[in-house]
Amino acid sequence: MKENLLELRHVSKHFGGLKAVDDVNLTIEEGSLHCLIGPNGAGKTTIFKLIMGIYPPTSGEILFNGKDMTKIPTFRRVQNGISIKMQIPGVYLDLSLYDNIRIAVQKYVSVREIPAEINRLIEMVGISEIGNPLVRNMPHGQQQWLEIAMSLASKPKLLLLDEPAAGLGPEETEFTADIVRRINELGTTIIFIDHDMDFVSKIARKTTVLHYGKIFAEGTFDEIHNNQDVINIYLGKV
Amino acid sequence: MSHKVKNTVTTENICALLVFAYLIIYPAFHSAYATLNMANFLITVILALSLALIWGYTGIFSYAQAAFYGIGGYTYAIFCKNFTDPSLTPIFLLGGVIVGFFVALILGYFMFYGGVNDVYVALVTMCFTLVLETFLAQTAGPEWHIGSAQLGGYNGINAVTPLTVGGFPIKNLALYIFALVCMTVIYLTMRILEKRNLGYCLLSIRENRQRSEMFGYNISFIQMMVFAVSGAIAGLAGVLYTSWGGYIVPSAVGMTQATTPVVLVAAGGRKNPTAVIIFTLIYLAISQKLAASGSQYSLLILGLILLLVVLFVPKGIIHSLFEIIDRRIIRIGRNTDIRIGGGSE
Repeated sequence: MKENLLELRHVSKHFGGLKAVDDVNLTIEEGSLHCLIGPNGAGKTTIFKLIMGIYPPTSGEILFNGKDMTKIPTFRRVQNGISIKMQIPGVYLDLSLYDNIRIAVQKYVSVREIPAEINRLIEMVGISEIGNPLVRNMPHGQQQWLEIAMSLASKPKLLLLDEPAAGLGPEETEFTADIVRRINELGTTIIFIDHDMDFVSKIARKTTVLHYGKIFAEGTFDEIHNNQDVINIYLGKV
Repeated sequence: MSHKVKNTVTTENICALLVFAYLIIYPAFHSAYATLNMANFLITVILALSLALIWGYTGIFSYAQAAFYGIGGYTYAIFCKNFTDPSLTPIFLLGGVIVGFFVALILGYFMFYGGVNDVYVALVTMCFTLVLETFLAQTAGPEWHIGSAQLGGYNGINAVTPLTVGGFPIKNLALYIFALVCMTVIYLTMRILEKRNLGYCLLSIRENRQRSEMFGYNISFIQMMVFAVSGAIAGLAGVLYTSWGGYIVPSAVGMTQATTPVVLVAAGGRKNPTAVIIFTLIYLAISQKLAASGSQYSLLILGLILLLVVLFVPKGIIHSLFEIIDRRIIRIGRNTDIRIGGGSE
């Protein structure tokens, strides 16, 4: 039996009258590769923001590695082993590729180890050959991979990926799937959000469906894929 | 690892060397009056560098640098009035710097831990400056004193003992050298900082504060500490100014004084301390000439420069010139958008 790395217990987040996340209980086992899906506005990104501490929950508890993280600031959660790749690439557009990774890396290795660590990370996401351009001038896919590399700099136990394949072509999506699988195989637990069912089917071992801020269904991708209720909510019938 | 190769032959570095060489030999070729006048310019440069640190490096627009400048100056003057032994003045100098640091620390604590950022920092710091000036201006009555130091309202505190080290008053040439040393140390520290972890950390806050927190940086704490250090540097400038002129008045904290470093830093190039130094020295020399010809011309020019810079050269005049010369003449293909680290292919 694997340990639970992350637990959300009765977590809610209300924005005025809007229940963006409503009494969600979610358990993520160590080493898992878990996908959150759901129509727009289902509360997926809000859950990520609650896990990162960007929003405080209206109620409920967030446990990470057995420790209550509910009231801990974002930077401490990162230092404790949670990391995120944002939905819109959260890279420093006006800096070079190396400066971007250096910022992410320098806190977690000694000064002497920084160059080797930068190289290790850019090789890991397959962008070691592109030189050192301004990030603003890099294609969208490379920006996505750069941010994945940056989010790995803190050597997280849990990595949150918010739409890692958004806006990518088929080949880039395939490559992203490879990267995500590889990171997971190296021992990092991953939760990701995506709308591309092809991408989800390639990598997710367990899938949770959210709808109107609540957990609607949970299971393997095949179970979810064949669930008539899930199909209906995606078609707007529920 | 080509990214490790840093090009040191840049327009900026050449200009920095020339400017410092000029400043070193300046007293040898100028009168004692001109040297003392230049010492005052250097003090303004220190004030401008304090803003370049907090605004240019860290992206926090502060309107309170003049307030910290005044706080440093008043602290030094109040100490001098209470303890007349000139040999204690170096401790008073330190006192001005420390008070500047802690006032900025406290203000910074409430702002950055209270989630105040961006334009609201500008508003809070501007209000702080206004309140301080208004307060100091109404201290003319005899009840406004700290120990034996009368705050003196609009007249401020006069006949302040100059800084004295080992029985030797730091005046004229000695003050010039002392101000130059202080400026050089601050400048070099800033330049060295650019290549260090802390420099990259400030850069990350400037570029995207929220994202940087998600890389594990304690943003509020770092913002507060840099703000405090910039307060200390401004405080040092205030102490030097008070020692230079022997007086400090509320207008040293006023809106004109508060605006001056903003314009100097913006017009020179806020991310570039060398550009800030060069622009400050050029501007002060020109504005003094204009002031000598009468009234408030220099203020009009200050306003006009700010307007033109914001519209046409948002990166700053001198910084943009550095970029152009780098590209056209020295042919460095560096990304000069990036002050720290630099795209160094």
